[in-house]
Amino acid sequence: MVETSSRASPAAPSVARAYGAVIRSRVAAQTAYRGSFAFEVVGQFAIGLVDFSEIYVVFHQVRAFGGFRFAEVALMFGLATCAFTLGDIAVGHVERLPDYVRSGQFDAMLLRPLPALGQLVTSDFSLRRLGRFAFALVVLAASVSRAHIHWTPARVGLLAVTPVAGAVIFCAIFVATATVSFWLVEGTEFANAFTYGGNYLSSMPFTIFDRAVRSFFTFVVPAAFVGYLPALALLGRDDPLGLPSWLSWSGPLVALLAAAVAGLVWRTGLRHYVGAGS
Amino acid sequence: MPVAAQPGRPAVALPAAAALALARAGFARWATYRQAALAGMFTNTVFGVIKLSVLLAIIKQTGGTVAGYDRDQLSTYVWMSQALIAVVAVFGSSDLAQRVRTGDIAVDLARPLDLQLSWLATDLGRAAYAVFARGVLPMVLGGALFGFSFPTDPAAVALLAPAVLLAVVVSFACRFLVNLAAFWVVEIRGPLTIYVLTTNLLCGLIIPVQLFPTWLKVLAYATPFPWLLQAPCDLATGQSRGWAAAGTVAAQLAWSLALLALGRLVLARATRKLVVQGG
Repeated sequence: MVETSSRASPAAPSVARAYGAVIRSRVAAQTAYRGSFAFEVVGQFAIGLVDFSEIYVVFHQVRAFGGFRFAEVALMFGLATCAFTLGDIAVGHVERLPDYVRSGQFDAMLLRPLPALGQLVTSDFSLRRLGRFAFALVVLAASVSRAHIHWTPARVGLLAVTPVAGAVIFCAIFVATATVSFWLVEGTEFANAFTYGGNYLSSMPFTIFDRAVRSFFTFVVPAAFVGYLPALALLGRDDPLGLPSWLSWSGPLVALLAAAVAGLVWRTGLRHYVGAGS
Repeated sequence: MPVAAQPGRPAVALPAAAALALARAGFARWATYRQAALAGMFTNTVFGVIKLSVLLAIIKQTGGTVAGYDRDQLSTYVWMSQALIAVVAVFGSSDLAQRVRTGDIAVDLARPLDLQLSWLATDLGRAAYAVFARGVLPMVLGGALFGFSFPTDPAAVALLAPAVLLAVVVSFACRFLVNLAAFWVVEIRGPLTIYVLTTNLLCGLIIPVQLFPTWLKVLAYATPFPWLLQAPCDLATGQSRGWAAAGTVAAQLAWSLALLALGRLVLARATRKLVVQGG
Protein backbone atom coordinates (compact mmCIF):
# COMPACT_ATOMS: atom_id res chain seq x y z
CA MET A 1 0.00 0.00 0.00
CA VAL A 2 1.20 3.49 -0.79
CA GLU A 3 0.66 6.45 1.48
CA THR A 4 3.02 9.23 0.57
CA SER A 5 0.63 12.13 0.75
CA SER A 6 1.30 12.95 4.40
CA ARG A 7 4.97 11.99 4.44
CA ALA A 8 6.33 14.14 1.67
CA SER A 9 5.03 17.67 2.13
CA PRO A 10 7.10 20.19 0.16
CA ALA A 11 7.18 23.87 1.01
CA ALA A 12 3.92 25.74 0.49
CA PRO A 13 5.02 28.14 -2.31
CA SER A 14 6.28 25.29 -4.49
CA VAL A 15 3.03 23.41 -3.95
CA ALA A 16 1.05 26.48 -4.97
CA ARG A 17 3.27 26.84 -8.04
CA ALA A 18 2.72 23.21 -8.99
CA TYR A 19 -1.07 23.49 -8.67
CA GLY A 20 -0.99 26.81 -10.54
CA ALA A 21 0.79 25.20 -13.47
CA VAL A 22 -1.63 22.27 -13.49
CA ILE A 23 -4.69 24.52 -13.41
CA ARG A 24 -3.34 26.78 -16.17
CA SER A 25 -2.77 23.76 -18.39
CA ARG A 26 -6.33 22.51 -17.81
CA VAL A 27 -7.80 25.89 -18.72
CA ALA A 28 -5.66 26.17 -21.85
CA ALA A 29 -6.65 22.65 -22.94
CA GLN A 30 -10.37 23.33 -22.61
CA THR A 31 -10.41 26.63 -24.41
CA ALA A 32 -8.13 25.48 -27.25
CA TYR A 33 -11.08 24.65 -29.51
CA ARG A 34 -12.98 27.91 -29.24
CA GLY A 35 -16.00 26.94 -31.30
CA SER A 36 -16.65 23.73 -29.44
CA PHE A 37 -16.02 25.39 -26.06
CA ALA A 38 -18.52 28.14 -26.84
CA PHE A 39 -21.04 25.49 -27.92
CA GLU A 40 -20.63 23.64 -24.62
CA VAL A 41 -20.98 26.82 -22.56
CA VAL A 42 -24.26 27.57 -24.33
CA GLY A 43 -25.36 23.96 -23.72
CA GLN A 44 -24.70 24.36 -20.00
CA PHE A 45 -26.72 27.60 -19.98
CA ALA A 46 -29.56 25.56 -21.51
CA ILE A 47 -29.26 22.94 -18.73
CA GLY A 48 -29.97 25.71 -16.23
CA LEU A 49 -32.97 26.75 -18.30
CA VAL A 50 -34.37 23.19 -18.34
CA ASP A 51 -33.88 22.88 -14.56
CA PHE A 52 -35.71 26.14 -14.02
CA SER A 53 -38.56 25.10 -16.31
CA GLU A 54 -39.82 22.82 -13.54
CA ILE A 55 -40.43 25.81 -11.27
CA TYR A 56 -41.99 27.66 -14.19
CA VAL A 57 -44.41 24.76 -14.84
CA VAL A 58 -45.24 24.49 -11.13
CA PHE A 59 -46.19 28.17 -11.02
CA HIS A 60 -48.25 27.72 -14.13
CA GLN A 61 -50.45 25.49 -11.94
CA VAL A 62 -50.36 27.29 -8.58
CA ARG A 63 -49.72 30.81 -7.25
CA ALA A 64 -47.97 29.71 -4.05
CA PHE A 65 -45.66 26.72 -3.76
CA GLY A 66 -44.98 25.43 -0.26
CA GLY A 67 -46.14 28.86 0.99
CA PHE A 68 -43.79 30.88 -1.23
CA ARG A 69 -44.31 33.07 -4.27
CA PHE A 70 -42.54 32.70 -7.64
CA ALA A 71 -39.83 35.29 -6.95
CA GLU A 72 -39.11 33.71 -3.55
CA VAL A 73 -38.72 30.20 -4.94
CA ALA A 74 -36.63 31.65 -7.78
CA LEU A 75 -34.40 33.20 -5.10
CA MET A 76 -33.87 29.75 -3.54
CA PHE A 77 -33.18 28.30 -6.99
CA GLY A 78 -30.72 31.11 -7.82
CA LEU A 79 -28.78 30.75 -4.58
CA ALA A 80 -28.69 26.96 -4.79
CA THR A 81 -27.72 26.78 -8.45
CA CYS A 82 -24.97 29.42 -8.11
CA ALA A 83 -23.56 27.41 -5.20
CA PHE A 84 -23.86 24.05 -6.93
CA THR A 85 -22.29 25.14 -10.21
CA LEU A 86 -19.35 26.80 -8.41
CA GLY A 87 -18.79 23.67 -6.31
CA ASP A 88 -19.19 21.49 -9.40
CA ILE A 89 -16.61 23.50 -11.37
CA ALA A 90 -14.16 23.39 -8.46
CA VAL A 91 -14.37 19.73 -7.40
CA GLY A 92 -17.27 18.08 -9.27
CA HIS A 93 -14.87 15.81 -11.16
CA VAL A 94 -13.92 13.95 -7.95
CA GLU A 95 -16.88 11.78 -8.95
CA ARG A 96 -14.51 10.30 -11.52
CA LEU A 97 -12.42 8.83 -8.69
CA PRO A 98 -13.70 5.27 -9.40
CA ASP A 99 -12.33 5.48 -12.95
CA TYR A 100 -8.96 6.58 -11.60
CA VAL A 101 -9.04 3.77 -9.02
CA ARG A 102 -9.93 1.15 -11.63
CA SER A 103 -7.33 2.30 -14.14
CA GLY A 104 -4.57 2.60 -11.53
CA GLN A 105 -4.16 6.34 -12.20
CA PHE A 106 -5.03 7.01 -8.57
CA ASP A 107 -2.08 4.89 -7.44
CA ALA A 108 0.14 7.12 -9.54
CA MET A 109 -1.27 10.18 -7.77
CA LEU A 110 -0.41 8.65 -4.42
CA LEU A 111 3.21 8.32 -5.49
CA ARG A 112 3.59 12.00 -6.37
CA PRO A 113 4.76 14.42 -3.66
CA LEU A 114 1.46 16.33 -3.57
CA PRO A 115 -1.67 15.48 -1.55
CA ALA A 116 -3.87 13.05 -3.51
CA LEU A 117 -7.04 15.10 -2.99
CA GLY A 118 -5.31 18.20 -4.30
CA GLN A 119 -4.21 16.37 -7.44
CA LEU A 120 -7.63 14.86 -7.92
CA VAL A 121 -9.30 18.27 -7.61
CA THR A 122 -6.90 19.96 -10.03
CA SER A 123 -7.12 17.07 -12.50
CA ASP A 124 -9.94 18.87 -14.29
CA PHE A 125 -11.93 22.11 -14.15
CA SER A 126 -15.04 21.97 -16.27
CA LEU A 127 -15.10 25.58 -17.32
CA ARG A 128 -18.01 24.91 -19.68
CA ARG A 129 -20.18 24.80 -16.56
CA LEU A 130 -19.72 28.57 -16.29
CA GLY A 131 -22.65 28.63 -18.71
CA ARG A 132 -24.95 27.14 -16.11
CA PHE A 133 -23.50 29.48 -13.46
CA ALA A 134 -24.31 32.42 -15.72
CA PHE A 135 -27.91 31.27 -15.96
CA ALA A 136 -28.10 30.93 -12.16
CA LEU A 137 -26.74 34.46 -11.75
CA VAL A 138 -29.43 35.82 -14.08
CA VAL A 139 -32.15 34.07 -12.04
CA LEU A 140 -30.59 35.27 -8.78
CA ALA A 141 -30.35 38.88 -9.95
CA ALA A 142 -33.93 38.89 -11.26
CA SER A 143 -35.37 37.26 -8.14
CA VAL A 144 -33.45 39.49 -5.72
CA SER A 145 -34.93 42.56 -7.39
CA ARG A 146 -38.48 41.17 -7.31
CA ALA A 147 -38.70 39.40 -3.95
CA HIS A 148 -39.28 42.62 -1.93
CA ILE A 149 -36.22 42.18 0.27
CA HIS A 150 -35.86 44.73 3.04
CA TRP A 151 -32.14 45.44 2.67
CA THR A 152 -29.86 45.78 5.69
CA PRO A 153 -26.03 45.63 5.67
CA ALA A 154 -26.25 42.15 7.22
CA ARG A 155 -28.50 40.91 4.40
CA VAL A 156 -26.24 42.36 1.71
CA GLY A 157 -23.35 40.53 3.35
CA LEU A 158 -25.35 37.31 3.57
CA LEU A 159 -26.30 37.51 -0.12
CA ALA A 160 -22.63 37.94 -1.06
CA VAL A 161 -21.37 35.12 1.16
CA THR A 162 -24.13 32.56 0.60
CA PRO A 163 -23.19 31.32 -2.91
CA VAL A 164 -19.59 30.83 -1.77
CA ALA A 165 -20.59 29.11 1.47
CA GLY A 166 -23.03 26.96 -0.51
CA ALA A 167 -20.28 26.07 -2.96
CA VAL A 168 -18.10 24.93 -0.05
CA ILE A 169 -20.99 22.80 1.24
CA PHE A 170 -21.38 21.16 -2.19
CA CYS A 171 -17.61 20.63 -2.43
CA ALA A 172 -17.80 18.84 0.93
CA ILE A 173 -20.69 16.67 -0.29
CA PHE A 174 -18.79 15.83 -3.50
CA VAL A 175 -15.64 14.83 -1.64
CA ALA A 176 -17.36 12.95 1.18
CA THR A 177 -19.53 10.89 -1.19
CA ALA A 178 -16.73 10.24 -3.69
CA THR A 179 -14.87 8.59 -0.83
CA VAL A 180 -17.46 5.81 -1.03
CA SER A 181 -15.66 4.52 -4.11
CA PHE A 182 -12.71 3.44 -1.97
CA TRP A 183 -15.07 0.72 -0.76
CA LEU A 184 -17.51 0.36 -3.69
CA VAL A 185 -15.90 0.91 -7.07
CA GLU A 186 -19.21 0.50 -8.91
CA GLY A 187 -21.11 2.62 -6.44
CA THR A 188 -20.67 6.04 -8.08
CA GLU A 189 -24.37 6.50 -8.47
CA PHE A 190 -24.88 6.46 -4.70
CA ALA A 191 -23.04 9.77 -4.65
CA ASN A 192 -25.44 11.22 -7.23
CA ALA A 193 -28.32 10.96 -4.78
CA PHE A 194 -26.56 13.43 -2.47
CA THR A 195 -24.71 15.64 -4.96
CA TYR A 196 -27.25 16.07 -7.77
CA GLY A 197 -30.11 15.13 -5.44
CA GLY A 198 -28.87 17.71 -2.95
CA ASN A 199 -28.76 20.32 -5.70
CA TYR A 200 -32.31 19.50 -6.85
CA LEU A 201 -33.72 19.61 -3.34
CA SER A 202 -31.81 22.69 -2.19
CA SER A 203 -33.49 24.81 -4.84
CA MET A 204 -36.96 24.05 -3.44
CA PRO A 205 -38.82 25.39 -0.39
CA PHE A 206 -38.25 22.79 2.33
CA THR A 207 -41.88 23.14 3.42
CA ILE A 208 -42.88 20.72 0.65
CA PHE A 209 -40.84 17.82 2.08
CA ASP A 210 -41.83 15.53 4.88
CA ARG A 211 -40.07 15.59 8.22
CA ALA A 212 -37.59 12.76 7.64
CA VAL A 213 -36.38 14.13 4.28
CA ARG A 214 -36.15 17.65 5.72
CA SER A 215 -34.17 16.64 8.78
CA PHE A 216 -31.78 14.47 6.78
CA PHE A 217 -31.04 17.22 4.26
CA THR A 218 -30.63 19.81 7.02
CA PHE A 219 -28.60 18.07 9.70
CA VAL A 220 -26.84 15.18 7.91
CA VAL A 221 -26.37 16.51 4.37
CA PRO A 222 -26.66 20.28 4.96
CA ALA A 223 -28.42 21.15 1.69
CA ALA A 224 -30.95 23.38 3.50
CA PHE A 225 -28.18 25.89 4.26
CA VAL A 226 -27.54 26.44 0.54
CA GLY A 227 -30.85 27.84 -0.71
CA TYR A 228 -33.89 27.58 1.55
CA LEU A 229 -32.57 28.82 4.90
CA PRO A 230 -30.51 31.78 3.61
CA ALA A 231 -33.49 32.77 1.45
CA LEU A 232 -35.63 32.88 4.61
CA ALA A 233 -33.08 35.18 6.25
CA LEU A 234 -32.99 37.45 3.19
CA LEU A 235 -36.78 37.60 3.04
CA GLY A 236 -36.98 38.20 6.78
CA ARG A 237 -39.32 35.28 7.25
CA ASP A 238 -39.38 32.82 10.10
CA ASP A 239 -39.16 29.17 9.20
CA PRO A 240 -42.77 27.95 8.90
CA LEU A 241 -41.45 24.66 10.25
CA GLY A 242 -40.13 26.22 13.45
CA LEU A 243 -36.34 26.11 13.05
CA PRO A 244 -34.77 28.99 15.05
CA SER A 245 -34.04 32.03 12.89
CA TRP A 246 -30.33 32.16 13.76
CA LEU A 247 -29.99 28.88 11.90
CA SER A 248 -30.93 30.71 8.68
CA TRP A 249 -27.82 32.85 9.10
CA SER A 250 -25.41 30.00 9.85
CA GLY A 251 -24.68 28.83 6.29
CA PRO A 252 -21.03 30.01 6.33
CA LEU A 253 -20.37 28.29 9.67
CA VAL A 254 -22.02 25.09 8.49
CA ALA A 255 -19.86 25.27 5.35
CA LEU A 256 -16.67 25.25 7.45
CA LEU A 257 -17.99 22.37 9.53
CA ALA A 258 -18.97 20.41 6.42
CA ALA A 259 -15.53 20.96 4.89
CA ALA A 260 -13.87 19.67 8.08
CA VAL A 261 -16.08 16.58 8.16
CA ALA A 262 -15.48 15.90 4.46
CA GLY A 263 -11.73 16.13 5.04
CA LEU A 264 -11.99 13.63 7.86
CA VAL A 265 -14.09 11.24 5.76
CA TRP A 266 -11.58 11.50 2.91
CA ARG A 267 -8.64 10.71 5.23
CA THR A 268 -10.46 7.71 6.67
CA GLY A 269 -11.25 6.45 3.17
CA LEU A 270 -7.70 6.96 1.99
CA ARG A 271 -6.37 4.97 4.93
CA HIS A 272 -8.69 2.14 3.89
CA TYR A 273 -7.62 2.24 0.27
CA VAL A 274 -5.70 -0.80 -0.86
CA GLY A 275 -5.89 -0.36 -4.64
CA ALA A 276 -8.08 -2.05 -7.20
CA GLY A 277 -5.54 -4.80 -7.83
CA SER A 278 -4.58 -3.38 -11.19
CA MET B 1 -4.86 0.64 -47.22
CA PRO B 2 -8.08 2.68 -47.11
CA VAL B 3 -11.07 0.42 -47.57
CA ALA B 4 -14.40 1.87 -48.62
CA ALA B 5 -17.39 0.11 -47.10
CA GLN B 6 -19.42 -1.60 -49.82
CA PRO B 7 -21.70 1.09 -51.21
CA GLY B 8 -25.33 0.26 -51.65
CA ARG B 9 -24.93 -3.03 -49.83
CA PRO B 10 -28.35 -4.73 -49.75
CA ALA B 11 -29.92 -4.68 -46.29
CA VAL B 12 -29.42 -8.02 -44.62
CA ALA B 13 -32.22 -9.31 -42.46
CA LEU B 14 -31.80 -10.31 -38.85
CA PRO B 15 -32.77 -13.96 -38.22
CA ALA B 16 -34.78 -14.54 -35.05
CA ALA B 17 -32.10 -16.77 -33.54
CA ALA B 18 -29.45 -14.08 -34.00
CA ALA B 19 -31.77 -11.43 -32.57
CA LEU B 20 -32.40 -13.56 -29.49
CA ALA B 21 -28.69 -14.24 -29.00
CA LEU B 22 -27.90 -10.52 -29.26
CA ALA B 23 -30.67 -9.63 -26.82
CA ARG B 24 -29.32 -12.22 -24.39
CA ALA B 25 -25.84 -10.77 -24.74
CA GLY B 26 -27.20 -7.28 -24.10
CA PHE B 27 -28.90 -8.58 -20.97
CA ALA B 28 -25.81 -10.42 -19.73
CA ARG B 29 -23.48 -7.51 -20.38
CA TRP B 30 -25.37 -5.27 -17.98
CA ALA B 31 -26.14 -8.00 -15.46
CA THR B 32 -22.49 -7.99 -14.38
CA TYR B 33 -22.85 -4.59 -12.72
CA ARG B 34 -24.92 -5.46 -9.66
CA GLN B 35 -23.51 -2.82 -7.34
CA ALA B 36 -24.15 -0.20 -10.01
CA ALA B 37 -27.77 -1.34 -10.35
CA LEU B 38 -28.29 -1.06 -6.61
CA ALA B 39 -26.67 2.37 -6.45
CA GLY B 40 -28.71 3.56 -9.43
CA MET B 41 -31.93 2.33 -7.87
CA PHE B 42 -31.13 4.18 -4.66
CA THR B 43 -30.55 7.43 -6.55
CA ASN B 44 -33.71 7.00 -8.64
CA THR B 45 -35.66 6.51 -5.43
CA VAL B 46 -34.24 9.64 -3.76
CA PHE B 47 -35.09 11.71 -6.84
CA GLY B 48 -38.54 10.10 -6.87
CA VAL B 49 -39.21 11.30 -3.33
CA ILE B 50 -38.24 14.87 -4.28
CA LYS B 51 -40.34 14.79 -7.48
CA LEU B 52 -43.36 13.48 -5.60
CA SER B 53 -42.98 16.16 -2.90
CA VAL B 54 -43.15 18.83 -5.60
CA LEU B 55 -46.28 17.33 -7.17
CA LEU B 56 -48.03 16.81 -3.82
CA ALA B 57 -47.34 20.44 -2.92
CA ILE B 58 -49.18 21.39 -6.12
CA ILE B 59 -52.32 19.38 -5.36
CA LYS B 60 -52.33 20.73 -1.81
CA GLN B 61 -52.97 24.14 -3.42
CA THR B 62 -55.33 23.02 -6.16
CA GLY B 63 -57.65 20.98 -3.96
CA GLY B 64 -56.55 17.39 -4.39
CA THR B 65 -56.16 16.99 -8.14
CA VAL B 66 -54.22 18.56 -10.97
CA ALA B 67 -54.70 17.95 -14.71
CA GLY B 68 -56.69 14.79 -13.94
CA TYR B 69 -54.15 13.33 -11.49
CA ASP B 70 -55.06 12.59 -7.90
CA ARG B 71 -52.60 11.79 -5.12
CA ASP B 72 -52.20 8.08 -5.90
CA GLN B 73 -52.00 8.69 -9.63
CA LEU B 74 -49.22 11.22 -9.10
CA SER B 75 -47.37 8.67 -7.01
CA THR B 76 -47.87 6.06 -9.73
CA TYR B 77 -46.57 8.51 -12.34
CA VAL B 78 -43.49 9.29 -10.23
CA TRP B 79 -42.52 5.68 -9.55
CA MET B 80 -43.33 4.51 -13.07
CA SER B 81 -41.24 7.30 -14.60
CA GLN B 82 -38.35 6.74 -12.17
CA ALA B 83 -38.47 3.01 -12.92
CA LEU B 84 -38.33 3.71 -16.67
CA ILE B 85 -35.30 6.05 -16.53
CA ALA B 86 -32.81 3.24 -17.04
CA VAL B 87 -35.15 1.13 -19.18
CA VAL B 88 -35.61 3.77 -21.88
CA ALA B 89 -32.11 5.23 -21.28
CA VAL B 90 -33.34 8.79 -20.76
CA PHE B 91 -29.78 10.02 -20.30
CA GLY B 92 -28.73 8.79 -23.75
CA SER B 93 -26.00 6.42 -24.85
CA SER B 94 -22.95 6.75 -27.05
CA ASP B 95 -21.69 3.17 -27.63
CA LEU B 96 -22.38 3.28 -31.35
CA ALA B 97 -20.67 6.67 -31.73
CA GLN B 98 -17.66 5.26 -29.92
CA ARG B 99 -17.43 2.41 -32.44
CA VAL B 100 -17.65 4.89 -35.28
CA ARG B 101 -14.86 6.97 -33.76
CA THR B 102 -12.55 3.99 -33.26
CA GLY B 103 -13.36 2.53 -36.65
CA ASP B 104 -14.76 -0.68 -35.12
CA ILE B 105 -17.94 0.13 -37.01
CA ALA B 106 -16.27 -1.31 -40.13
CA VAL B 107 -16.29 -4.71 -38.44
CA ASP B 108 -19.98 -4.30 -37.54
CA LEU B 109 -20.79 -3.36 -41.13
CA ALA B 110 -18.95 -6.40 -42.45
CA ARG B 111 -21.14 -8.76 -40.40
CA PRO B 112 -23.87 -10.57 -42.34
CA LEU B 113 -26.49 -9.01 -40.05
CA ASP B 114 -28.49 -5.85 -40.34
CA LEU B 115 -26.62 -3.22 -38.32
CA GLN B 116 -29.60 -1.26 -37.04
CA LEU B 117 -31.71 -4.30 -36.13
CA SER B 118 -28.85 -6.07 -34.38
CA TRP B 119 -28.18 -2.97 -32.25
CA LEU B 120 -31.91 -2.80 -31.55
CA ALA B 121 -31.89 -6.45 -30.40
CA THR B 122 -28.96 -5.77 -28.08
CA ASP B 123 -30.69 -2.68 -26.72
CA LEU B 124 -33.90 -4.61 -26.02
CA GLY B 125 -31.81 -7.09 -24.01
CA ARG B 126 -30.31 -4.22 -22.05
CA ALA B 127 -33.77 -2.78 -21.43
CA ALA B 128 -35.12 -6.15 -20.26
CA TYR B 129 -32.36 -6.34 -17.67
CA ALA B 130 -33.08 -2.75 -16.60
CA VAL B 131 -36.75 -3.59 -16.02
CA PHE B 132 -35.77 -6.13 -13.39
CA ALA B 133 -32.65 -4.52 -11.97
CA ARG B 134 -33.65 -0.87 -12.00
CA GLY B 135 -37.41 -0.81 -12.41
CA VAL B 136 -39.20 -3.24 -10.17
CA LEU B 137 -37.81 -2.30 -6.77
CA PRO B 138 -38.35 1.51 -6.84
CA MET B 139 -41.84 0.86 -8.16
CA VAL B 140 -42.77 -1.62 -5.42
CA LEU B 141 -41.04 0.33 -2.65
CA GLY B 142 -42.30 3.73 -3.81
CA GLY B 143 -45.80 2.41 -4.38
CA ALA B 144 -45.92 0.74 -0.96
CA LEU B 145 -44.65 3.83 0.86
CA PHE B 146 -46.45 6.57 -1.04
CA GLY B 147 -49.51 4.97 -2.65
CA PHE B 148 -50.22 3.43 -6.01
CA SER B 149 -53.22 3.37 -8.27
CA PHE B 150 -53.52 0.20 -10.28
CA PRO B 151 -54.87 0.70 -13.78
CA THR B 152 -58.39 -0.73 -14.00
CA ASP B 153 -59.08 -0.20 -17.66
CA PRO B 154 -58.64 -3.54 -19.49
CA ALA B 155 -57.20 -1.90 -22.62
CA ALA B 156 -54.62 0.00 -20.57
CA VAL B 157 -53.61 -3.12 -18.64
CA ALA B 158 -53.29 -5.20 -21.79
CA LEU B 159 -51.33 -2.52 -23.65
CA LEU B 160 -48.97 -1.56 -20.79
CA ALA B 161 -46.24 -4.07 -21.69
CA PRO B 162 -46.36 -3.29 -25.44
CA ALA B 163 -46.22 0.43 -24.55
CA VAL B 164 -43.04 -0.07 -22.50
CA LEU B 165 -41.53 -2.12 -25.33
CA LEU B 166 -42.37 0.53 -27.92
CA ALA B 167 -41.05 3.25 -25.59
CA VAL B 168 -37.69 1.46 -25.69
CA VAL B 169 -37.88 1.22 -29.50
CA VAL B 170 -38.68 4.95 -29.88
CA SER B 171 -35.84 5.78 -27.50
CA PHE B 172 -33.48 3.43 -29.37
CA ALA B 173 -34.38 4.92 -32.74
CA CYS B 174 -33.70 8.45 -31.43
CA ARG B 175 -30.38 7.47 -29.83
CA PHE B 176 -29.36 5.62 -33.01
CA LEU B 177 -29.88 8.81 -35.01
CA VAL B 178 -27.96 10.97 -32.53
CA ASN B 179 -25.08 8.45 -32.53
CA LEU B 180 -24.95 8.48 -36.32
CA ALA B 181 -23.78 12.08 -36.04
CA ALA B 182 -20.41 10.53 -35.23
CA PHE B 183 -19.97 9.77 -38.93
CA TRP B 184 -19.79 13.51 -39.59
CA VAL B 185 -18.34 15.00 -36.36
CA VAL B 186 -15.59 13.51 -34.19
CA GLU B 187 -17.04 14.39 -30.79
CA ILE B 188 -20.79 13.93 -30.33
CA ARG B 189 -20.93 15.40 -26.81
CA GLY B 190 -22.57 18.56 -28.15
CA PRO B 191 -25.43 16.89 -30.07
CA LEU B 192 -25.83 14.35 -27.24
CA THR B 193 -26.15 17.07 -24.58
CA ILE B 194 -28.79 18.86 -26.63
CA TYR B 195 -30.65 15.59 -27.19
CA VAL B 196 -30.63 14.64 -23.49
CA LEU B 197 -31.72 18.13 -22.45
CA THR B 198 -34.62 18.26 -24.87
CA THR B 199 -35.74 14.73 -24.06
CA ASN B 200 -35.59 15.22 -20.29
CA LEU B 201 -37.75 18.30 -20.53
CA LEU B 202 -40.26 17.10 -23.12
CA CYS B 203 -40.62 13.37 -22.32
CA GLY B 204 -42.33 14.05 -18.99
CA LEU B 205 -39.42 13.03 -16.80
CA ILE B 206 -39.27 16.17 -14.69
CA ILE B 207 -42.99 16.86 -14.50
CA PRO B 208 -45.95 15.24 -16.37
CA VAL B 209 -46.56 16.72 -19.81
CA GLN B 210 -50.25 17.28 -18.91
CA LEU B 211 -49.17 19.95 -16.40
CA PHE B 212 -47.27 21.97 -19.02
CA PRO B 213 -48.68 25.27 -20.28
CA THR B 214 -50.35 24.76 -23.67
CA TRP B 215 -47.51 26.11 -25.82
CA LEU B 216 -45.02 23.73 -24.20
CA LYS B 217 -47.43 20.80 -24.48
CA VAL B 218 -47.87 21.48 -28.20
CA LEU B 219 -44.10 21.69 -28.59
CA ALA B 220 -43.65 18.40 -26.70
CA TYR B 221 -46.13 16.50 -28.86
CA ALA B 222 -44.47 17.82 -32.01
CA THR B 223 -41.48 15.65 -30.97
CA PRO B 224 -41.27 11.87 -30.40
CA PHE B 225 -40.16 12.40 -26.79
CA PRO B 226 -43.45 12.07 -24.85
CA TRP B 227 -43.85 8.64 -26.47
CA LEU B 228 -40.72 7.32 -24.83
CA LEU B 229 -41.74 8.02 -21.22
CA GLN B 230 -45.03 9.84 -20.75
CA ALA B 231 -46.93 7.30 -22.89
CA PRO B 232 -46.37 4.17 -20.73
CA CYS B 233 -46.92 6.34 -17.62
CA ASP B 234 -50.26 7.47 -19.07
CA LEU B 235 -51.40 3.85 -19.34
CA ALA B 236 -50.28 3.06 -15.79
CA THR B 237 -51.88 6.14 -14.22
CA GLY B 238 -55.16 5.84 -16.11
CA GLN B 239 -54.61 9.07 -18.05
CA SER B 240 -55.26 7.17 -21.24
CA ARG B 241 -57.95 4.47 -21.28
CA GLY B 242 -59.82 2.39 -23.83
CA TRP B 243 -59.51 3.79 -27.35
CA ALA B 244 -57.17 6.49 -26.06
CA ALA B 245 -54.84 3.76 -24.79
CA ALA B 246 -54.97 2.06 -28.20
CA GLY B 247 -54.28 5.43 -29.81
CA THR B 248 -51.26 5.95 -27.54
CA VAL B 249 -49.72 2.65 -28.56
CA ALA B 250 -50.57 3.25 -32.24
CA ALA B 251 -48.78 6.60 -32.08
CA GLN B 252 -45.76 4.94 -30.47
CA LEU B 253 -45.73 2.36 -33.26
CA ALA B 254 -45.95 5.04 -35.93
CA TRP B 255 -43.08 7.04 -34.39
CA SER B 256 -41.01 3.85 -34.00
CA LEU B 257 -41.38 2.92 -37.66
CA ALA B 258 -40.79 6.47 -38.90
CA LEU B 259 -37.68 6.99 -36.76
CA LEU B 260 -36.24 3.56 -37.58
CA ALA B 261 -36.77 4.25 -41.30
CA LEU B 262 -35.07 7.63 -40.94
CA GLY B 263 -32.21 5.92 -39.12
CA ARG B 264 -31.75 3.49 -42.03
CA LEU B 265 -31.74 6.35 -44.50
CA VAL B 266 -29.10 8.27 -42.57
CA LEU B 267 -27.05 5.11 -42.00
CA ALA B 268 -27.06 4.40 -45.76
CA ARG B 269 -25.72 7.90 -46.46
CA ALA B 270 -23.17 7.57 -43.67
CA THR B 271 -21.76 4.24 -44.85
CA ARG B 272 -21.47 5.55 -48.42
CA LYS B 273 -19.02 8.18 -47.22
CA LEU B 274 -17.28 5.98 -44.64
CA VAL B 275 -13.62 5.31 -45.34
CA VAL B 276 -11.77 3.38 -42.69
CA GLN B 277 -8.02 3.90 -42.53
CA GLY B 278 -5.80 0.86 -42.22
CA GLY B 279 -6.46 -2.59 -43.49
